[in-house]
Order: sequence, then structure tokens, then C-alpha cells
Amino acid sequence: MSVLSCQDVRVTLGGRSVLAGIDLTLAAGQVTAIVGPNGAGKSTLLACLAALRTPDSGAAHLDGQPVTAMPPRALAQRLAFLPQTPEIAWAVDARTLVGLGRIPFLGARGGGSADAAAVTQAMELAGVSEFAGRVVTSLSGGERARVLIARALAGEPEWLLADEPLSGLDPAHQLDVAGLFRVMALAGAGVVVTLHDLTMALRLADRVVVLAAGAVLADGAPVDALTPAVLRAAYGIEARVLAGAQGPIIDVVRRAG
Amino acid sequence: MILRRIALYVGLLVLLAVLVALSLIAGRVWVPLSAWDFASSDPRWAIIADLRVPRTILGILIGAALGLSGAALQGYTRNPLADPGVLGVSAMAALGAVLTLYYGATLASIWVLPGAAMLGALIGVALLLLLSGSRSSLVTFVLAGAILNIVASAGISLALSLAPSPWAVGEIVDWLMGSLQDRSVDEVRLAAPFILAGAALLLTTGRALDALTLGEAGARSLGISLRRTRWTLALGVGLATGAAVAVSGVIGFVGLVVPHVLRPLVGARPGALLAPSALGGAVLVLAADILVRVTPAAGEVKLGVAMAALGGPFFLALLLTLRRRIA
Repeated sequence: MSVLSCQDVRVTLGGRSVLAGIDLTLAAGQVTAIVGPNGAGKSTLLACLAALRTPDSGAAHLDGQPVTAMPPRALAQRLAFLPQTPEIAWAVDARTLVGLGRIPFLGARGGGSADAAAVTQAMELAGVSEFAGRVVTSLSGGERARVLIARALAGEPEWLLADEPLSGLDPAHQLDVAGLFRVMALAGAGVVVTLHDLTMALRLADRVVVLAAGAVLADGAPVDALTPAVLRAAYGIEARVLAGAQGPIIDVVRRAG
Repeated sequence: MILRRIALYVGLLVLLAVLVALSLIAGRVWVPLSAWDFASSDPRWAIIADLRVPRTILGILIGAALGLSGAALQGYTRNPLADPGVLGVSAMAALGAVLTLYYGATLASIWVLPGAAMLGALIGVALLLLLSGSRSSLVTFVLAGAILNIVASAGISLALSLAPSPWAVGEIVDWLMGSLQDRSVDEVRLAAPFILAGAALLLTTGRALDALTLGEAGARSLGISLRRTRWTLALGVGLATGAAVAVSGVIGFVGLVVPHVLRPLVGARPGALLAPSALGGAVLVLAADILVRVTPAAGEVKLGVAMAALGGPFFLALLLTLRRRIA
């Protein structure tokens, strides 16, 4: 079982400590949600894990190997990253976009039938096969988000790191995408997502890591990590955890004070 | 999609073949195919062998260099307005060349002028990439290009105003306007190795440019080294554009127009646009060069001028369609 971890990761940006020594060991086959207020360091942590940023000290490791020392292509074959504000520069069709996820696997002569099959499968899994021939710029936000997730799936990654993949999606699409993450985890992949929706974190994740001011405030099963005390300390809010018909709900009452 | 790409390549190659034939035939003196006989002592044969063959080869090489450079720059910057001319790379190459003309250094060796032009182009691309930074937004990139254009044209103006002799002024102005007139095999020998080397470098960036469709973070997460891509691109554009400018002067807009016209035909994937843009650039420059040759005028219209006359309105139309995106 693949393990993604970081040890004493510290990042300072413009004199401000963004990550103040993070230790985490993430297991594959799970959905891990990283939550925390704006500026808590969620995106920076994800970027360090994906080797997109080199920490000032400490390091992230994939199965014992420092990620920043791995050949970028070898890492890309195992780990897919979805940025917070995904950019699509050109009006390519959806299938071409999903095909970009195979770039780490392409040989000198370009894609083969295995690549084409992986793309087809990823599009089916993400439910975007019907858009295959459509230009991505003509798709709605929700459709485009799913095409981008299909792009990540096309590499059949062991690890998917997604920075706020649910922001900007309507509830129905949020459920679709959350369902996809669950399918990936069941298939053995490690899924790490940053989230703002606390109830979604409670229901979607197997494990929740609460970050505040660059440090881990709580880490564990969702109901253990997202307690009123933790939420008060992390966000400065009074919140209750209610029992809903489909599982617990976090009800934010007011600012603590 | 594969069939469409094959059709595109076949179409461009057929078009190019027709233009090559026309380019050898057409001009002030028409040389019909009946005069093409190696054994004959037809005096028109000299026109073909000594003037039109090198001119045609140069047209292909320079068009390919400019079209490919434009496509690569557009792919890297994710900006359809990028072009060696618009972004000041050609102007920097011209500045390098003009300085050698100004100092009369061209007499020292035939390599001085092309060497200086390529150096100017390399400095131009490097400055462009440094000025615009790693997060090159559309605006910063175009502004960086504008700065380069201003600096280069100021340098050229200075050289003109301080030129030691009217002869030097004439030479500089003539050269600046861009033309393939009266070029010989020497120019082909001078430019071809560098254009081919630059083109080979640029053609290797296809996969990185594809990945950049997803932005810089997206490309890096796909295992692409942006550093290597950046410097391969700078070297490739510097060599190809620099060598092209060195033998023809400044011919603008090819790198802008060609990728833009071909982009919808390849499904917008930047890597798939590279080779067709080289072919398309060759087609455009060759066609324009044939037109300036057969246009009735006292002297031959300069190719650079004709291209600017064509490219200006095109740039305007492109800008108008992009206005919403830029605003």
C-alpha cells in the first residue's frame, strides 16, 4: 500500500510562516479532506505534497522517496494534481483535454491503444463520454470540472491531490464529484482534497485534517476531528454537529466571541 | 482527427509544391517550363539557378522559421497574439544586424551580421521570458514585447541618426524593410543550418506545449520541466528567427497569422500546430514573395512592407475578436 507523507514541512512566504512544521502520513485507499480557514496553508501543503513547491525545510515523501528528488515524469505517472483554479488555455475538445493526462506515459512516438483505452475509461468513469467531441470552452462549469477530473483519472494515478475541487459546483455536481473520489479510493487510490464545506468533509472523507495558521489542529476520523471545540479554535465560530437523516450536519451558529 | 491532420499536411504540401514551381517561373522575366533544360544554353537558366532557386529555398526556410516560432511562442504563452515580430524578437535581431552595418563590421566576415542578428534575437527572447516572469499573463507578455520593440527601434533610430555616411543609412533602411530580392546561395548556406537547428529544437517542445494548455501548475504536475521548455524555446526561436532576420531583414506577422489560421484545423492542440505552422509559414512567405515580384511597380515592392500591409488589418481583426477576453 502506497504511503504519502511529509515530515516537519515548513514554508515561509514574504516573512509569514505559512506552514509551521507539518507532519502527516497519508494512506492510500482513503479520502482525506484537508480543511481550515482561508490562509491556513491548505493549498501550500498540497503543493508541497505534489512536489510543485519545495519546502524551506522538511520534505514530502512518496513511499520513502523525497517527491522533489523523484524524476518529474515518474512522479507524474503516480500522482495527479488538480489545481484550485484550473486553466484551459485553448479551445480543445474534451477528449483531447482528457488525453493530456496521458502525457507522463507517452513514448517518443506518441500515444498507443493503451493510452486511448485509458482516456475512454476515464471519461466513462467521470460521466463525460457524451462531451467527448465538444470544445471545453462551450461546457458549463460543472461539466468542465468533471472533464478536468477525467483528465486526472486518465493517468490512473495512485494518488489524486485536488485543491478545492468542489468550489463553484452546484450540489448535484458536488455529489457526482464526491462519488468519483469514493470510487477512486475504493479502487485503492489515495485521494487528498482541500474543502471549505465542512458537512461535505464530514460525509465524504475517511479522515479529516484541520489546519490553522500552518499547523495541524486536529487529525482523525471526521466526527473526531470536526468538533465544536476544534471549529472554534480553527475558524473562530460557534458550531454544532447535528444528526441529520443522511449523517451528521455541521450547523454554523455565529462567530465566536 | 487523424484523417483530418493527414488531409491538412497533404493540402499544405501540395500548395507548397505549386508555389515552388510558380516561384521558379514567375518574376520580371517569365521562365516557362519549356526553357528548363539543363543542356540548353538558354540564358534564362542562369536566372533560375542563381536567383530563383536560392530565393525559393530562402522563402521556404524563412517562412517555416517564422511560422514555427510564432506557433511555439503562442503555445508557450497561451496567447494568440504572440509572434516574434509583435514581441520584439525580430526587432532585437534587426538591432543586432543594424549595429554591425553601422560599424561597417560586415566587411570583416560574412558571419558577423547573421551572428549579431541571432545574438540579438536570443537576447530578445531571453529578456522577454525574464521580463514577463514565470506567471506570464497576456498583458505582461505583450507589454514586455512592447518594451523590447521600443528599445530595439530606439537603438535602430540612433544608429540611423548617427550613421557615418548616407551609404550606411541607405544600406540599413534597405535591409530593415525585409526582402528576398537578389539573395544567393551564400545566404541559403548562412541561414539554413541555424534555421533547421532552431526548428528541430522547437519541434521537440510539442508535448510540453500541450501540457501547458492546463497552465503552469497543470503542466508541472504532468511531469513537464518548465525551465527546460523555456530555454529550449528561447534557443529555438532565437536561432530560427535570428537566422531568418539575418538574411531577409524584418518580415512581420507570419508567426501571428499562420498559427491563427491553422489552429481550428488541428483542433487547437498547440503541439499539433507546430509542424503545420512551419509548412503554412513557408506557403505564406512564398506566396507573398511571388506577389511582390509580379506586382507592376517601378521597383520591386519590399516583402516586409507587403506583409505588414497584409498583416496589419489581420492583427486588428484578431484584436477586435479578442477584445472581450483582454478587457
